[in-house]
Amino acid sequence: MAGSKTRHSVLPGFRPTMAFTLMYLGLVVLIPLAMLALHAVRMSWTEFAQTFTAPRTLAAYRLTLGGALIASCVNAVFGLLIAWVLVRYRFPGRRLLDTLVDLPFALPTAVAGIALTAIYAPTGLIGGWLARLGIQAAYSPLGIVIAMAFVSLPFVIRTTQPVLEDIDREVEEAAATLGASRFRTFTRVIFPAILPAVLAGFAMAFARAVGEYGSVVFISGNMPGRTEIVPLLIMTRLEEYDETGATAVALVLLVLSFAMLFIINLLQLWARRSTAA
Amino acid sequence: MGIEVSNVTKRFGTFTALHDVSLKVNVGELMALLGPSGSGKTTLLRVIAGLESPDAGNVFFAGTDATRRHVRERNVGFVFQHYALFRHMTVFENVAFGLRVRPRKLRPTRDEIKHRVTELLELVQLENFAQRYPAQLSGGQRQRVALARALAVEPKVLLLDEPFGALDAKVRQELRRWLRRLHEEIHVTSVFVTHDQDEALEVADRVVIMNGGRIEQVGTPDEVFRDPASAFVMNFLGTVNVFHRRVSKLAPEIDTLEIQCPDELPADSRPARIFVRPHNLDISTHVTGKPRLRGFVEYVNAAGPQVKLEVRTEFGEVVQVETPQERYRQLGIDRGSEVFVTPREMRVFFDDGQAT
Repeated sequence: MAGSKTRHSVLPGFRPTMAFTLMYLGLVVLIPLAMLALHAVRMSWTEFAQTFTAPRTLAAYRLTLGGALIASCVNAVFGLLIAWVLVRYRFPGRRLLDTLVDLPFALPTAVAGIALTAIYAPTGLIGGWLARLGIQAAYSPLGIVIAMAFVSLPFVIRTTQPVLEDIDREVEEAAATLGASRFRTFTRVIFPAILPAVLAGFAMAFARAVGEYGSVVFISGNMPGRTEIVPLLIMTRLEEYDETGATAVALVLLVLSFAMLFIINLLQLWARRSTAA
Repeated sequence: MGIEVSNVTKRFGTFTALHDVSLKVNVGELMALLGPSGSGKTTLLRVIAGLESPDAGNVFFAGTDATRRHVRERNVGFVFQHYALFRHMTVFENVAFGLRVRPRKLRPTRDEIKHRVTELLELVQLENFAQRYPAQLSGGQRQRVALARALAVEPKVLLLDEPFGALDAKVRQELRRWLRRLHEEIHVTSVFVTHDQDEALEVADRVVIMNGGRIEQVGTPDEVFRDPASAFVMNFLGTVNVFHRRVSKLAPEIDTLEIQCPDELPADSRPARIFVRPHNLDISTHVTGKPRLRGFVEYVNAAGPQVKLEVRTEFGEVVQVETPQERYRQLGIDRGSEVFVTPREMRVFFDDGQAT
């Protein structure tokens, strides 16, 4: 232990830094979450069940989780593709493209929301074109999926890139000398090696999409029961001074987030194990 | 299966890695490609494997042109310097890979694969490691897995790219001998790349010495060591002393170094390099009458069976001398002693590259 008297660390101050770390984490993360739980506990079980099983709440959960699932699945496929292109090929503008990937991280979500709405609205560039095909993009679940896909795009790319870079060209050459076709080399050698990273990226993208508020509220149209997402529902309940209702909905989301965090950590542990050389 | 490389040229951008190289590897032979880094030895190996395609020239396997044949269809076993094992697979799965990826019709049954892999793991002495992952093995063990994996597909040719390059000295020595024994057992035509002359001379049936994308000499270890075809080969194989002198028929004895084969010496004086190996120099404390160089001992390393000395001659050259322990003790010399050095055997290369 760095704090024990027998072994001295070169860097002093284990106690103050640790105290600060605990205080900071407590103040910023743990106490607000604990308050949320405490608030919910004051509710009776039937109250909680009523809020939770209300058709409007259930519809919001279905929409949020379903949309996030679709968005992160799409990102898993295309994120892998983009990571592949960025790692494997050298072309002019590669660095620029690589920087562009981080844009959804850097952009304020409201800005993203306005931009996406403008493009996908029936009067917009792509929206108008889709409308002629009879597809409504903005103000529909599809619009929500688009916004979620936008904000969660970087995750799969950024988790997969380093693992792809780490795969030696020689490993693929070895597979070729052993008679494996390119397809077999990908499915049996490359894909198993990057799968943990892709899954970890997928889980992070999913968690991000579930929590996304800013960009989605612009494009969704926010029709209760149809295009209302969970974070918005919490907001609405609060505006109606229904604090208990908001807490109940939020608590379920909190439990879900913890579950996702746990899964992400497990996946990353697996990823480290299977790629340690 | 014999391999023939004919007039192969390979360029990478403006750099020419191979200049018009031709080489013949006989059936069942163990051949070493030896040279400094950048000499083209690895490129030549990769061209044979089909991992690089030559810009000009052809590669023949057993007499048929295989230049355009894809690496998958060449049936070569290739062992990489850094093993290139599939790290998410166990040792067993690594070795089985080549059998499992075969088209359904040619694929052996599960039992046959198990039998074959077990047999190979016994051959490389890793039968107890089948369920381990590459990360759990030492470097030497990983390289043996790589070798077993390459042998699993029953290759007609085994190609090894600096197979022991990443291992430490003691493991290298063991694996070297082990490879030699393995080759005697399975007798597959093999080519391996190395920059370590000891490795090449100890293991190979024949050695190819490469320099600057060209082959300098091909021969048995004994031939290339005793009868080097060029100054480069002489220089590359072991330590050697070089004396720069002008040599001619009229003055065969230059600066008290006598040139031994005067018949072939040119009439006019020409610049030449005289090569003498350290163990071909006699050292004594008094003038013996033979041609000799006078100098002073500058450095002594008495560790090992041969004592290594550095002598600075009266012309300011530093000469490496190796002499047996008994002889060294008999002479009773030390740092600073005045000594006389006499070459027993030497080779002269004129600066146009021609040997006498």
